[in-house]
Amino acid sequence: MSTPDNLRVIGKARRRIDGRAMVLGQTQFADDLSFPRMLHCRLVRSTVPHATIRAIHTGRALAAKGVKAILTGDHFPIPYGILPVSQDEHPLCRGRVRMVGDPVAAVIATTEEEAIEGALLVEVELEPLRTISDPLDALDHPEPRIHDYGDVGNVHKKVAMEFGEIDAALAGADRVFEDVFFYAGNTHLALEQHATVGLVEPDGKLCVWSSTQTPHYVHRALAKALEIPPHLIRVVACHNGGGFGGKSDPFNHEIVVAKAAMLTGRPVKICLTREEVFYCHRGRHPVLMRMKTGVKKDGTIVGMDLETLLDGGAYGSYGVASTFYTGALQTVTYAIPKYRFRGCRVFTNKPPCGPKRGHGTPQPRFGQEVQLDKIAVSLGIDPADLRLKQLAPANSFTANWMRIGTSGLRACIESVVERSGWRERRGRLGPGHGMGLAVSTYLSGAGLPIYWNDLPHSGVQLQFDRSGGVTAFCGAAEIGQGSDDVLAAMVAEVLGLTTHDIRVVTGDTSMTPVDLGSYSSRVTLMMGNAAIQAAERGRDLIASAVARKLDLPADRLVFAGGRVFDAQDPDKGVSFQDAVILGEALHGTLGTTGSYKPPPSPARYKGGGVGPSPAYSFTAAVVEVDVDPRTCWLEVTKVWIAHDIGRVLNPILARGQVEGSVYMGLGEALMEEQAMRRLPANLSGALVHKMPSMLEYKSPTTLEMPPVDTVFIEDPDPNGPYGAKEVGQGPLLPMPPAVANAVFDAVGVRVDETPITPEKIAKAIWERDHGRDPRCGPASFPSIDWPEASKVRTPAEGGDGTASNEKPRKSKLLASGFRLAPGSPGAKVEGVQS
Amino acid sequence: MPDPRIRLTVNGDPVEVTFGGHKTLLEVLREDLRLTGTKHGCELGECGACAVLVDGKPALSCLILAQEVDGAAVTTVEGLASDARLHPLQDAFLECGASQCGYCTPGFLVTARALLDRKPKACRGEISEALAGNICRCTGYIQIFEAVERAAEKMGGEPPR
Repeated sequence: MSTPDNLRVIGKARRRIDGRAMVLGQTQFADDLSFPRMLHCRLVRSTVPHATIRAIHTGRALAAKGVKAILTGDHFPIPYGILPVSQDEHPLCRGRVRMVGDPVAAVIATTEEEAIEGALLVEVELEPLRTISDPLDALDHPEPRIHDYGDVGNVHKKVAMEFGEIDAALAGADRVFEDVFFYAGNTHLALEQHATVGLVEPDGKLCVWSSTQTPHYVHRALAKALEIPPHLIRVVACHNGGGFGGKSDPFNHEIVVAKAAMLTGRPVKICLTREEVFYCHRGRHPVLMRMKTGVKKDGTIVGMDLETLLDGGAYGSYGVASTFYTGALQTVTYAIPKYRFRGCRVFTNKPPCGPKRGHGTPQPRFGQEVQLDKIAVSLGIDPADLRLKQLAPANSFTANWMRIGTSGLRACIESVVERSGWRERRGRLGPGHGMGLAVSTYLSGAGLPIYWNDLPHSGVQLQFDRSGGVTAFCGAAEIGQGSDDVLAAMVAEVLGLTTHDIRVVTGDTSMTPVDLGSYSSRVTLMMGNAAIQAAERGRDLIASAVARKLDLPADRLVFAGGRVFDAQDPDKGVSFQDAVILGEALHGTLGTTGSYKPPPSPARYKGGGVGPSPAYSFTAAVVEVDVDPRTCWLEVTKVWIAHDIGRVLNPILARGQVEGSVYMGLGEALMEEQAMRRLPANLSGALVHKMPSMLEYKSPTTLEMPPVDTVFIEDPDPNGPYGAKEVGQGPLLPMPPAVANAVFDAVGVRVDETPITPEKIAKAIWERDHGRDPRCGPASFPSIDWPEASKVRTPAEGGDGTASNEKPRKSKLLASGFRLAPGSPGAKVEGVQS
Repeated sequence: MPDPRIRLTVNGDPVEVTFGGHKTLLEVLREDLRLTGTKHGCELGECGACAVLVDGKPALSCLILAQEVDGAAVTTVEGLASDARLHPLQDAFLECGASQCGYCTPGFLVTARALLDRKPKACRGEISEALAGNICRCTGYIQIFEAVERAAEKMGGEPPR
């Protein structure tokens, strides 16, 4: 049976199984679906950022040609939200709008044009409230409250945690570096606009087809918001035309078309416009951060104190998790013996922020890696050496109790240093040319699910039929990352088949076992492990039947090349199809299952649930830039990147993930920004998106993409399927700080915020030329009234992963929130409010 | 005013279609002819997802009124393969991993096809230039460049530099 030495599928360059449909234009995205008698939906959205809804007049719209129904917040009394602690959204607003673009009514009509016309006839009376425009505004103005929950005023969440005596550590440091950084908000800009079709299937059950990364969470939200028993709902995640985190929340439009289909008895479809997608957002939080790092004379870090302030926008979304993530992974790259993290997320009247590739970690990673560069320059140490001397070791616990397994970070740094000629070339490229280095880490799946439960995070079911066919069922959503191909590869490897022999059925809550969704780089590791378990169980059943037939011990059988044969006499064997027939004859109908649940984390303090992962990937990158001395025009001319992936499953797809991450990271570094502006008072003073179009929201084209030298570091991790770790998000993280550091090497000034534009470089040079601090970036971090920090002794101090000043926490493991109240069928679904 | 009716050739087949006069070529292709392979990403001519060939030249179907293509020959992604055989570009996209989510792929494919028809030995710079109006958010473009170069090779051009 396969061992890592004789893998036949894993690690080989393969064509992805869903590729053929894509190049033929046959992949069915949600907006490609069409059903007989299908109606169309258009949402009426608020034009005011913060207001009380006085009245909604629908009479004229209802009388318009083709309009079949109009829904308002009255149809949706129950709130929902992705996190159990932030159930703050309604499919259509009730009583209050909190941002421009908030939906207040839905017009359902025979054609899309009639729905648009009808929507123009809906009259909404709004009474404007004071607008909270940014985090300082939110901290200064607790009233009016955007939500009636959260920590205080317009503060959604404050968190504070301390690992060891950080103040003493900083007081004892030879040098303390203090910097304030700002990371701009930006958006996913997936090329596919969100689309959903809701319908009642012939059996009377509700079905929702949608561009979603998380069909299981949409399923839960529908059950809750529509008060329907979940087993009567089916959610199908269509192949997503890109996600990047932007299709991870359950969305209001998904629930609206489901309800509309139930009310009209006809399929109802919505496809958002690009402008609406910009307002849906859930993208990168703008984060202001203050970072204090104490070091010894030789650059050894003795402690770090980090504060972050997140502009959350109008709703909770994943924000509580995002806030914790801004402080979770600093310790995973470097040995930081004492650490304090305090984070604050505020509500503002803008599109809500949420998870985007790297979820909450690119922002502090930018600050940390730029600050390390400053420390290295200040102490006269090579920035690569400063990092290499204090990497967090493999198989260790960090100060905040993250358990690191394998780490190839050293090899990553050494690789990019070597390949880029860093030692010989840095600082010697001449004026206007520079090189910068940065490193990062990311999760291979979150250690905990979004709602507390004791169930597997991923399940795979296999069906073997007597044709020799194998079908793999899994709830994972294909968003372009290649998860369907990973599923086929795992099964094919174990059973000695090719990926194109396998059928996969994924992302369908009525057909497939639950997988929590395509987020946090969890699918390859979790689904992969579940798939291996299911396949090995199937292989063992089949092997026992073949062994009996061939009169051999089962452990001498090899599954390879579409056959099952004797390892000692390869001619003695049967075809895979005959093997399945033997298995079915012996055992009856053949089907197996596999499950995966991450190992428990030792981080048992409040907030310790965000950050743990079965395995961390690591990345190092060097970028080279040119800065025009006259215009400060910035061009990235080359990128060298090395990624510790554990094991490469398919080199073509893995390289595509790295290059795609580099691309998206460069976009964030150089140009992308979700900026809002205030309209003049005579135009309502609304906070609107500065540039809700793909022309004005700049993203890199073919002409901006530099050559990328990609290297994989393979050190198989025992927790990964065949040793694999994540690759879809981590390689984005080092790009923005590496660019900032390269700009410093090129022109000797610091840009301490993203995006790093020519204007900002010019400003920093201007500051230098006028004898001031040669930088462009935020001046200060506001004084925040932090709560008392949870005090956690570090592993080195003999701690146990709990906080000394927290009450012991009750187990919430069984609060699944997905059960029916007594008296079902038809009973209400209990909400999850943990 | 009655709905307009046009005759055109779509992927080699003669087609007559009647549609709402305001409709773009993209809408007529997707909604009236059910050729959903052509995508929309912005409907403002910014992303290239809706690219098709009109009389062999790349065109953004979201910016063209369908009435304008009366009598024209339109090629969409569905028309690239001949019979059951993939076009070398389609084959190379598969081989090189040039499609991740696949949403931009139809636009890239037809635009690249027009380039190679015009310039069978296009170099990397020419490929990049020709595809600069197509946005891809997944790949970082490099595997797309490689796929176009690979296709050019398969189609008999010299190995591109």
